[in-house]
Amino acid sequence: MYSRAYKAAVTIPPVLWVTLFLLVPYSILFCYSFWSVSPQEVIVHHWNLQNYVELARNPIYLSVLFRSMRIAAAVTIFALILGYPLAYYLSFHAAKRKNLLYQLVIIPLWASYLVRGYAWKTILGSDGVLNGVLQFTHITGALFHLQNFLQQSMHIHATLVPIRFLLYSPFAVVLMLTHIYTPFVLLPVYASLEHVPRNLIEASHDLGASPWATFRRVILPLSLPGVLAGATFAFVLTLGDFLAPLLVGGPSGIMISNIVVSLFGAAYNWPLGAAISFCMLGLVVGLLFATERLERRWKVS
Amino acid sequence: MESLVNSGHQSGRARILGAYAFVVYAFLYLPIIVLVVYSFNGSGIGGFPPSGWTLDWYRQLFADGPLWDAVLDSFIVAIAAVAISVGLGLPAALALDRSEFPGKAVFRRLVLLPLILPGIITGLSLLMLFVGSGMKLSLVTITLGHGTALISVATTEIFAGLQKLERAQEEASLDLGANHLKTFWRVTLPNLRVSIIAAALLIFTLSLDEIAVSFFLIGRDNTLPLEIWSRLRRGITPEINAISTLILLFSIAMILIWYRLRTRTDSRREAELPLLASAIEGES
Repeated sequence: MYSRAYKAAVTIPPVLWVTLFLLVPYSILFCYSFWSVSPQEVIVHHWNLQNYVELARNPIYLSVLFRSMRIAAAVTIFALILGYPLAYYLSFHAAKRKNLLYQLVIIPLWASYLVRGYAWKTILGSDGVLNGVLQFTHITGALFHLQNFLQQSMHIHATLVPIRFLLYSPFAVVLMLTHIYTPFVLLPVYASLEHVPRNLIEASHDLGASPWATFRRVILPLSLPGVLAGATFAFVLTLGDFLAPLLVGGPSGIMISNIVVSLFGAAYNWPLGAAISFCMLGLVVGLLFATERLERRWKVS
Repeated sequence: MESLVNSGHQSGRARILGAYAFVVYAFLYLPIIVLVVYSFNGSGIGGFPPSGWTLDWYRQLFADGPLWDAVLDSFIVAIAAVAISVGLGLPAALALDRSEFPGKAVFRRLVLLPLILPGIITGLSLLMLFVGSGMKLSLVTITLGHGTALISVATTEIFAGLQKLERAQEEASLDLGANHLKTFWRVTLPNLRVSIIAAALLIFTLSLDEIAVSFFLIGRDNTLPLEIWSRLRRGITPEINAISTLILLFSIAMILIWYRLRTRTDSRREAELPLLASAIEGES
């Protein structure tokens, strides 16, 4: 139906653009990862595996990578713990309020990333809202009094003791990113729950299965594709995040992308930074392939 | 189904789930509420309870020249990014829908990749391209970055629109003697109007908020998120709460318009998935 000219007209411009601005840059990244920097801070176009050897040999990179993966896994799990039951509630119990409640999930999704990070900073800081609440309700004061009571000295002003470990810790990074990715996890889970045929659930009930058995044997397996999609998204984007650690993470919350940022900035070692980025790219693409295959297998069975 | 869900011992379960849902909503909205409330807080950042309601932070904000320069830059970048990503996302969606060419599968993955790839990788790769080709970093490089990364959004949105389009209409137009160009203008484009507007709104909002790619492509002029970022690093002020509140209102307005557009045309379908989620679904 569509002529050759038509097909060429719609195909060639986007293919050229995507080649120039995505394929070529990703390839340059790949090339850089095999080059090096001379002591005079000049990029040496001499092909070798030195950067990758450095990554494998120097324990700093691996340990930060593992920390990033732990943080990403924690965010994914918490986002699922928060998002799955809510999606389930929306799909099966919300009844008439379904649409309203659904839209209430979407609104925070569109609050700016930076804005939400900043809000957590306001909440968690040592002179922040949370500490304000604790002091206002005399909880920190009470804790301090208790400690002082044990030390037999009740005369110190105890209400001025903020909790400092909240902000600038991996905990704060996990909290902020869980807040950001919970809606992203919830939406595909909700979509897959909505597609669970309701007559299957009725059949399961009619055949005498308990609600729990119905959930475990019917609903849960059918919602796994949504879980997988949401989890992949949360994991990958958390893994590559460098703003949350800078905003609320502090030195103990540094992640792998922060190392890349410093290698491209003050540390000036683009090739090593490129090698780390390329490893991340490989990890992401590998993960996408794996989830795609898993999902295809579920669809068949 | 309704009676099944609400019958007997299940209602207790529903109540627990309902309480849990409430807690999750509280978690999702807590920071947003804090942000808005403290933008009116007379005693500055943090502390509890907020006291001395004031509009001072908004007054300071409106007198803040550099911040408004950044806002203007962000708007220019966002408009140009919309032009690039819709201008290329539309043919890309048409190509994916109706053209067969070698490497099509790779092309599809490549176009959608920036949607799921951490922004830092796309940002750095583009930085290397621009530096390597001797281009100076400026708002132009940021625009190219946003425009390219967001083709993914335009493509998914318009591709979804194409799936609902009746090909018979185009066929009829061609049979009645209109050429491809005329058919495109008079049949295809009007049918895709809502998808295109929706994509444009989304891309505009996403570009206004984008920071990970811009972070690496920034030249002399800041976009709004980068301006806020540089101020955050110097210390926090309630002025940021005020601008954040305004951004929030603006994003919500854009999204509500987007959502209305979508639900109006999709009234037959159940609650429509927001684009990003459906894109993830298509991707994995």
